[in-house]
Amino acid sequence: MAEVALRNIVKTFDRTPAVAGIDLNINDREFVVLVGPSGCGKTTTLRMIAGLEEATSGEIYIGDQLVNDVPPKDRDIAMVFQNYALYPHMTVYENMSFGLRLKKFPKAEIKERVENAARILDITNLLDRRPKQLSGGQRQRVAMGRAIVRNPKVFLFDEPLSNLDAKLRVQMRMEIKKVHQKVTVTTVYVTHDQIEAMTLADRVVVMNGGKIEQIGSPNEVYHRPTTRFVAGFIGSPAMNFLPCRLVEGSNGSAGLSVKLSDKLTFPVPPDRVGRYRPHAGRELLFGLRPEDIIEKRGDLPPGRTAFDAQLDVVEPMGMETMVYFLVDGTEVCGRVNPAVAGKPGETMPLVADLNHMHLIDPKTDQVL
Amino acid sequence: MADAVARDLRIPVVRRRVGARALVSRKSMIAFFFALPLILIVLCLVVYPAFYSMHLATLNKSMTKFVGFGNFEFLFKRNTFWMVVEQSVLFAVTAVIFKAVIGFVVAHFVHNIPLKGQRKWRGMLLIPWVIPPAMSTLAWLWLFDPSYSAFNWILNHLGLAGIPWLGNPYWARAGIILVNVWVGSPFFMIMYLAALKSVPEQLHEAAAIDGANWFQKIWYVNLPMMRNIIQITALFSLIVTFANFDIVKILTNGGPVDQTHVFATWAFTLGIWGNDIPLGASVSLFMFPILAVAAGLILRNIRNRGNEA
Repeated sequence: MAEVALRNIVKTFDRTPAVAGIDLNINDREFVVLVGPSGCGKTTTLRMIAGLEEATSGEIYIGDQLVNDVPPKDRDIAMVFQNYALYPHMTVYENMSFGLRLKKFPKAEIKERVENAARILDITNLLDRRPKQLSGGQRQRVAMGRAIVRNPKVFLFDEPLSNLDAKLRVQMRMEIKKVHQKVTVTTVYVTHDQIEAMTLADRVVVMNGGKIEQIGSPNEVYHRPTTRFVAGFIGSPAMNFLPCRLVEGSNGSAGLSVKLSDKLTFPVPPDRVGRYRPHAGRELLFGLRPEDIIEKRGDLPPGRTAFDAQLDVVEPMGMETMVYFLVDGTEVCGRVNPAVAGKPGETMPLVADLNHMHLIDPKTDQVL
Repeated sequence: MADAVARDLRIPVVRRRVGARALVSRKSMIAFFFALPLILIVLCLVVYPAFYSMHLATLNKSMTKFVGFGNFEFLFKRNTFWMVVEQSVLFAVTAVIFKAVIGFVVAHFVHNIPLKGQRKWRGMLLIPWVIPPAMSTLAWLWLFDPSYSAFNWILNHLGLAGIPWLGNPYWARAGIILVNVWVGSPFFMIMYLAALKSVPEQLHEAAAIDGANWFQKIWYVNLPMMRNIIQITALFSLIVTFANFDIVKILTNGGPVDQTHVFATWAFTLGIWGNDIPLGASVSLFMFPILAVAAGLILRNIRNRGNEA
């Protein structure tokens, strides 16, 4: 059981910066997910925690110990690799017990730990098999079992689900969550899949270009993104971004409104006016998630504004239908009830829920 | 009339043609045709000489009379024959062990050279294997010269007596093995290097996290992963080394007093120089059962490997 702390970690490969100064505190027993696009430095960060890469500068602490110069085997960590990295010539039992055997644990204790881990993961009947005889999901469990038997201070997961098919991925995601609930160990989990990040994490660390964009609970990064990158990266389908001008005056007197095009202007909800007032008159970026653009039904609660849109593309998803329309040449996505969805080319009355709107400063890419 | 004839003929003709075409277009048939050039070469240059030498081995010295196993009975009674058996086995086994160990160690060193410089080193290390052995052995012959060679020059400068490298049977055997190891190690190195490169780096990382030191990584990860290549390479090399001719021929020509002869050189000495071709053929036939066992082991290994995948 231990905290992990990163202090201004930098990693450069041949002068190309992969990680450009990261500060991160991970609490004891916390499940932290590093998420970001390819090449954002998340895997490199994980490998530095594991000791498989050396940090160019900065300090890494596991527990109270500075581990920069501690080799991986002495860091008391366990890692699950993307392709599982099971030893192909060993049985499942040998794979799981390898670390303990190297550390010269007594045979009885090895047996007990392996069987215990196998029970947690429901792989007791596979212990005599070799990795080649296992399916992808089973290999994944064995890789996790190998980590669990070590009883380490920290679990590290490097995109463990990306080699599985979509259905199995959802299933194993839940398994990982269950395992973490049973074996509460500090966990750092790397993924490029923002749904994995949202579903698993106590805290999500969104990374981009070797830097941390935002750290927060899944709900925080979803509902209160601090940068344009986070706003666009978290959520699927992605948030709509439209260039706009913040103008004085709305239907009331002292309000502000967002002018998206000559035809479309949304009033800013009164509780946001104070926050946005200093930026009045500026060219900004307007952000609104697809689920905040819905079909019109009954009376409009405060903060919601109706408008008509000529549908461009309609994508039925079953439980909902995605509708796409153009605003001044930019494609915008909304999520509507399939029962009332229009056809392409038709004009459909829609409602924008501006209580969830975001305004982004295009110069700094910060959410205002 | 013509129509009638054609109609009568058509059925059997078409049938036969379809049959022939079907036969030719069968997959196994196509495969056979592709393999045919090689089969012809093997038949002419391997199978025919092999049977011919079996036939020769049953004749008397002037090749006029059938003597059955007479040549073999004669060989079994000669001390030189048993010495050759011993020397051949000693030479092949020792040389292969040294080649395998050196190849394994060097492969690990080369594998750990950064990729940029690795090509250069790989190329340089392959040189002994690429030079025709007859030529490089000549260079070794000069190095082993008792009076004017580099080795003895160095020994003399260190205040030690020169060694009669090829004059003393023990040094001569060691020298032959040394040259064979020098020629053959690069082959092991390149095979083991290829095997090493196929070991996924993540296994090493997993082992590092599991707590393995460098030796344990080699012992528990590399060695088992390379097992098939190690075995096949060693067996293959055993065959080639056992049948070696050029190094012994050039370096010692079997001397001193036949003590460094291996099967191939002794068969040549008896058959061509001694003008007793049947006796030479009998000696060379002794390689056959030993090599057959080795070849059988290789084939079994490759089959097993196929099952594992």
